[in-house]
Amino acid sequence: MRTSPTLYGLMAEFDDPQTLVAATRRAHDEGYRRMDAYSPFPIEELHEALGQHHSKLPLIVLIGGIIGGLGGYALQYWVAAIAYPLNIGGRPLHSWPAFIPVTFECTILVAALSAVLGMLALNGLPMPYHPVFNVPRFALASRNRFFLCIEAKDRKFDLEATRRFLETLEPREVSTVAD
Amino acid sequence: MMGDPLIPIEDPNAAVAGTGVPPVIAPGHTFSSVTDKISSIVLTRKTPIGWWLGFLIAFGIVNVLMIAITYLFVKGVGIWGVNVPVGWGFAIVNFVWWIGIGHAGTLISAILLLLKQTWRTSINRFAEAMTLFAVACAGLFPVLHLGRPWLAYWLFPYPNSMGVWPQFRSPLIWDVFAVSTYATVSLLFWFVGLIPDLATLRDRSQSPVGRVVYGILAMGWRGSARHWHRYETAYLLLAGLATPLVVSVHTVVSFDFAIAIVPGWHTTIFPPYFVAGAIYSGFAMVLTLAIPIRAIYGLEDFITLRHLENMAKVMLVTGLIVAYGYAIEAFIAWYGGNKYEGFMIWNRMTGPYAPFYWALITCNIVIPQALWFRAIRKNVPVLFVIAIIVNIGMWLERFIIVVTSLHRDFLPSAWGMYSPTMWDWATFVGTIGLFLALLFLFLRFLPMISIAEMRAILPEAKVEAHEDLRVI
Repeated sequence: MRTSPTLYGLMAEFDDPQTLVAATRRAHDEGYRRMDAYSPFPIEELHEALGQHHSKLPLIVLIGGIIGGLGGYALQYWVAAIAYPLNIGGRPLHSWPAFIPVTFECTILVAALSAVLGMLALNGLPMPYHPVFNVPRFALASRNRFFLCIEAKDRKFDLEATRRFLETLEPREVSTVAD
Repeated sequence: MMGDPLIPIEDPNAAVAGTGVPPVIAPGHTFSSVTDKISSIVLTRKTPIGWWLGFLIAFGIVNVLMIAITYLFVKGVGIWGVNVPVGWGFAIVNFVWWIGIGHAGTLISAILLLLKQTWRTSINRFAEAMTLFAVACAGLFPVLHLGRPWLAYWLFPYPNSMGVWPQFRSPLIWDVFAVSTYATVSLLFWFVGLIPDLATLRDRSQSPVGRVVYGILAMGWRGSARHWHRYETAYLLLAGLATPLVVSVHTVVSFDFAIAIVPGWHTTIFPPYFVAGAIYSGFAMVLTLAIPIRAIYGLEDFITLRHLENMAKVMLVTGLIVAYGYAIEAFIAWYGGNKYEGFMIWNRMTGPYAPFYWALITCNIVIPQALWFRAIRKNVPVLFVIAIIVNIGMWLERFIIVVTSLHRDFLPSAWGMYSPTMWDWATFVGTIGLFLALLFLFLRFLPMISIAEMRAILPEAKVEAHEDLRVI
């Protein structure tokens, strides 16, 4: 059931990571899917509890590395053999062993840029506004508190029923999140 | 709202029960106490008078650098002591010294992360900052040494109206790629590590300016589990990329020498011996910085004796690899039977620069053997002195490599002596000022210890251990 469009969701606050992971698992078992958990440090189990599995990031980094390596080598080949050939004692223009260090550095450079930019893009950052920041206590999500937010867009979301459900998870507090 | 008072901390160096070694974080800390203690240095604590004093002195020295560079731009490299036959001089000595110092930061942040060494957590942030600032100082020297530094961009391959391209078979061009990649990747690694902490500062800052600035830098980080997962993947991949990178950088730096046929440079031991030397000098610099910082900011419960002892052990090991490098250099010079090599090593040991050679052996090999003793490794003032001695020793090493090989090569008629001028010294000391000034700014405006990673190593952060207590 959809509720009023000005509501982003319901947010429960927890004291420790163990309760948050348990609560997230319960919510997932209950059938909630459009939700997210927030913590001040990475919790491996949390990601699994949300029903998430693979990330595309390693593939992006691999592709970035391959592009960097091929691009770096191609640049050197083009410069040394085509654009600016220098005949020094008849030595071969395509002197590939000498091109390895720069090829390697270009591989690392583009792979590292892909890792960082890919991570930011997949995470949708930079994002100057997000509704969860409307909850004043959410400032503690970067200190010592743990939050679970079920979005109003979830098919199973019902303001009363979801609130009652969250209350059973031993939260410190449940608050509504304005959109 | 920010209730929980700081819990009194027990003796930070009391050994962990049953292990006999000090902990990596003093017992009694919680998520909130770790957050408050580290962020308060930036946000609420009064800036120590020592900070102002240190920053002003460092800033004064930066101005010496500015004057030295301006005069160089006006007059050219003739103001330095470099000439035929010693054309490299201080510029390359300082370049190699600084870039080597940077390597420990990457080692701590990347290699020790991959090896799951949790003790790295409280020192990686400022070690990475040290890397960045050291690379910035290093990068200045080859550029200033160019003769026409304002044309430094010619080193990069870009389409130009002259129709000229860089020579990719030259180690000097490899250096351009290695050092610029290293600077970029180090910056990315450092910034990615900072994002969650910038969010903490944004949420805790009381000043509107702080909220806006840290808010923009944090890019809207909100600690979502989905974000954390990708973040951790990216961080791990960056560590995996930075590890071979750091090895490649000093390898390429050593190629600057090893590809040439100059006696004392043309040797295959150079890449591993340079990399070990870089880590050696870098750890010495981390200790030189960490010991005063932990005392001044009262961070003994985060940077414990365990950290200092581990760093001392790394120094001992890499120092022994460096000693092996010196021994093999001398052995091959004799065993190889090449008279120029033989003369080179004999000239190093007994020639006009011999006092520097023996000072280097004393600083890098003899004195650090004291680190075999646990009592020395746990004696903070002595450790500090040894770290400074190693810094000096590693600088002397580069001086010996650059100068003794060049000043007497194949033909006695081409021999000469090298001595630095006032402007050489002003530029070198100036970069130390630049390094320290940047470091002081970093300590004042950014969290010097990774808050998010410190939270994650607290015992209460473990989820699975408590799982059975919470049957669902």
